[in-house]
Amino acid sequence: MSFDVYLNVAVGGILTGLVYGLMALGLSVVFGVVRVVNFAHGEMMTIAMYLAVVLFSQFHLDPLLMLVPIAAVLFVCGYALQAGLINPFITRPEHSQFLLLVAVGLIIVNSLLIIFGPDARSVQTSYAYDSFQIGSLIVDASKLYAGAAAILLAALLFAFFRFTLTGTAIRACADNYTGAQVVGLDVKRLYALTFAIGAACVGAAGAIMTLIIDVTPMLGPTYTLLAFVIVVTGGLGSMPGALLGGMLIGLTEAFAGLLFTPSAKSMFAFGILVLVLLFRPQGLLGKRLA
Amino acid sequence: MMRFCRLPNRRQVLAGAAATAATLAAPSVLRAQSSALKVGVLLPRSGFEAGIGQDCQRGVEVAPAILKSLGLPDLAIMDGDTESNVDTARARAERLINDGAQLLIGAFDSGQTTAIAQVAEQKGIPLVINIAAAPDITEQGYKFVFRNFPTAPMILGSAFANQLELFGIVGAAPKTVVFMHVNDTFGTAMAKGIGVVMPKFNMPYAIADEIAYDPTARDLSVEVAKAKAANADALLVVSRLNDAMLLTRELVKQRWTPQAIMSMGPGWYEDQYLKTLGKLADGPISFDPFQDPNKKLTKVLQAALAKSSPGVNLSTNQVYTFEALLIAADAYKRAGSADSKALADAIRSTSITDNVSIGPGIQFNAKGQNDKLKDGTLQNRDGKLVTLAPKEAAEAKPEWPMKPYQSR
Repeated sequence: MSFDVYLNVAVGGILTGLVYGLMALGLSVVFGVVRVVNFAHGEMMTIAMYLAVVLFSQFHLDPLLMLVPIAAVLFVCGYALQAGLINPFITRPEHSQFLLLVAVGLIIVNSLLIIFGPDARSVQTSYAYDSFQIGSLIVDASKLYAGAAAILLAALLFAFFRFTLTGTAIRACADNYTGAQVVGLDVKRLYALTFAIGAACVGAAGAIMTLIIDVTPMLGPTYTLLAFVIVVTGGLGSMPGALLGGMLIGLTEAFAGLLFTPSAKSMFAFGILVLVLLFRPQGLLGKRLA
Repeated sequence: MMRFCRLPNRRQVLAGAAATAATLAAPSVLRAQSSALKVGVLLPRSGFEAGIGQDCQRGVEVAPAILKSLGLPDLAIMDGDTESNVDTARARAERLINDGAQLLIGAFDSGQTTAIAQVAEQKGIPLVINIAAAPDITEQGYKFVFRNFPTAPMILGSAFANQLELFGIVGAAPKTVVFMHVNDTFGTAMAKGIGVVMPKFNMPYAIADEIAYDPTARDLSVEVAKAKAANADALLVVSRLNDAMLLTRELVKQRWTPQAIMSMGPGWYEDQYLKTLGKLADGPISFDPFQDPNKKLTKVLQAALAKSSPGVNLSTNQVYTFEALLIAADAYKRAGSADSKALADAIRSTSITDNVSIGPGIQFNAKGQNDKLKDGTLQNRDGKLVTLAPKEAAEAKPEWPMKPYQSR
C-alpha cells in the first residue's frame, strides 16, 4: 500500500478523533471539577444532534451555524440538571450517582424514541459530498469543517479556564473544595456552571457530529461508552488528555480498519484502553493535571 | 286417541343421516374459509434496515386486492416489527403466535429469519420466508419452514452466469475486483459461497481484496480507502441499504469511480437509494432475484404499486413479500382450514405458475426450498431500474463503464 493511502487514512482518523475529543472534553470537564461521571453524556449529545437535524430539516439552518445556539440550549439544560437533580447526589456514594445518571440517560433515549422514532436521520448539507484535494491527499470537507470547529471550541474552552475569573474559580473548586468554600466561592453555583459548560461542549460536539454520522436515539449509549474510553485513555479530568485520547482512538480505529479488518475497529480501540489501564492507569496525561 | 305415523325405512334413515352430517359439517368448512387467515408479517420496519422493511411493506399493502381478484381467501395481516434485531425478531414472532397468528411471513434479514424459523418450528406454525438467503435455514430439517427465495449459492450461481452474459454484451470485463461485504449472517454466507461457487465459472476477474464491514457502521471512509488502494477495476458488493448509501458517498468524496459496481445483494436498487442519491445513484448493476417483467401478474402488481405508492420502482422487496402472501392465501384455500399441519401440508404441495418472480413458478422441494428461482440483472438509470438480463426480459443495453461521479 502506498504512503498516500496511509496519509489519507491518518488525516481522516485525526479529524474524526478531534470531534470525538471535543465530545469527551465535556465529560472530562465535569469529572475534573464536580467529580461526577456523567453516564448520560452520549444521550445528551443525541439531543443536540436531533436539535441540529430538526433545525436543518425545518429551516435549512446549517449545523455549523447552529452550533452556538444548540450549545446554549444544552448549557441551560445542563445547568438545570446539575442544580436541580445532581447536586443532592454530590456527597452520596458513587453507585448512587451512577444509577441516577444511567436513569437520566434511559429517559433521554426513550423520550427521543417516542418523539422521533427509531430510524436514522441525517443532515444533507450542500457540501456533504465535497472534498479537497492537495496533491494525493483528499480531505473530506465535512470532516475538515468538523475538525476545525472542534479545535476552535477546545481552544475557547482552554482560554476560558485559563484567563477568566470564573474559569479560575472553577479550577479552584477542582483543586481544593474546602479551600474554595473558605475563600467564599459559591461552590454549588460553580458546580452547576461547570456541568452546564460540559453540556454545552457536548451540545457543540453533537451539532458538529451530524455532519459526519446519522443520528438515532440508540446512538447515546454507544457514545457515552466511547467518551468514557477516550477520557480514561487521555486521563480522567484532563482536558488536553481528552483531545489526545480522541485523536488516538480516531487514529487507532482508522488504522485498524486499514491494516487489519474494518470489522475489528472497536476491538482495537478497546485494546488501547486495556493497555493504558495496565501500564498507565491514570491515563496518558492524567498525572500532570490530576 | 291414538296417533299413527309411518316409520322411515333404512334408505331414508341413511339419506337423512348423510344430509344431517353434511349440514353439520358444512358450517365448519364455510367458517374456515369465511374467516380470514391470521398472518403475522415480520419485517424490519425500524432500525438500520427500516428502509427495506418499509419497501417490503408496500408489497403487503397491495396484496389484499390482488389476492381477492385471483379468487383467494382473505388474510388478516398482523404487523410485527423486528427492529432490525435478531432478539427482537424472536420475541415478536413469539408474541404474534401468542396473539393468534396462524402463519408467519418474514423477515428480509437472514439472521432475524433464522431466529423466527426456530420459533415457528418449535410452535408448529408455518413460516413462509419472503427474503433471506442464508442456506442453513432450509437445511435444518424443519417441517414448518418454507422459503420462496434463492439461497446464497443460488444467487451467486445466477449472478456469475449473468455477469458473463453482461461482459459478452459490452465486450469488456474487469480484470480485478474488490469484494466488499457486510459481516452479518447474509454477508458471511455470501462470502463463503463465493469461494465455492466462483471456481465453477470461468470468471475473467480475480478478487484483489476482500473487505468485510459492519452493516450498522456509521462511517465507511477507511473501508473505501482500503478498497481504492487495491487499484481494482470494479467493485463487487454484498450490502444493505444504509451502507450502500454510505459507500456511494465515500466513493464520491474519495473521487473514485470504478469501472462498474456489481451488487449481489440489496441496497443498490432500493427506491430509497435512488431517491436519496439522485444522479449519484445511477450506474450500479444488481444481480439479484427480481420480477419477470413479462409475467401477467407482474404487470398487475406493478399497476397496484403505481397506484398505492406512486413513483416507487417495483423490486425484489415487494415482489417476494407479495409472493409469500400469495403462497399463504393459496395454501389456505386448498387446505380449507387454518390448522397449522394442514396449512404446512398445503404449502408443501404448492404449484403456482402464475406468479411474479423470474423462473418457472413457485414450488417447494422436500426441504421447503423453492430451488427453481433465477436472478435478473438490473441497472440504475436516471432514477429508474432497467432490466439487462435475462435476454428475454432485457429492456436496454448496459451502460459500461460507469460515468465518473465528478462529471455528473
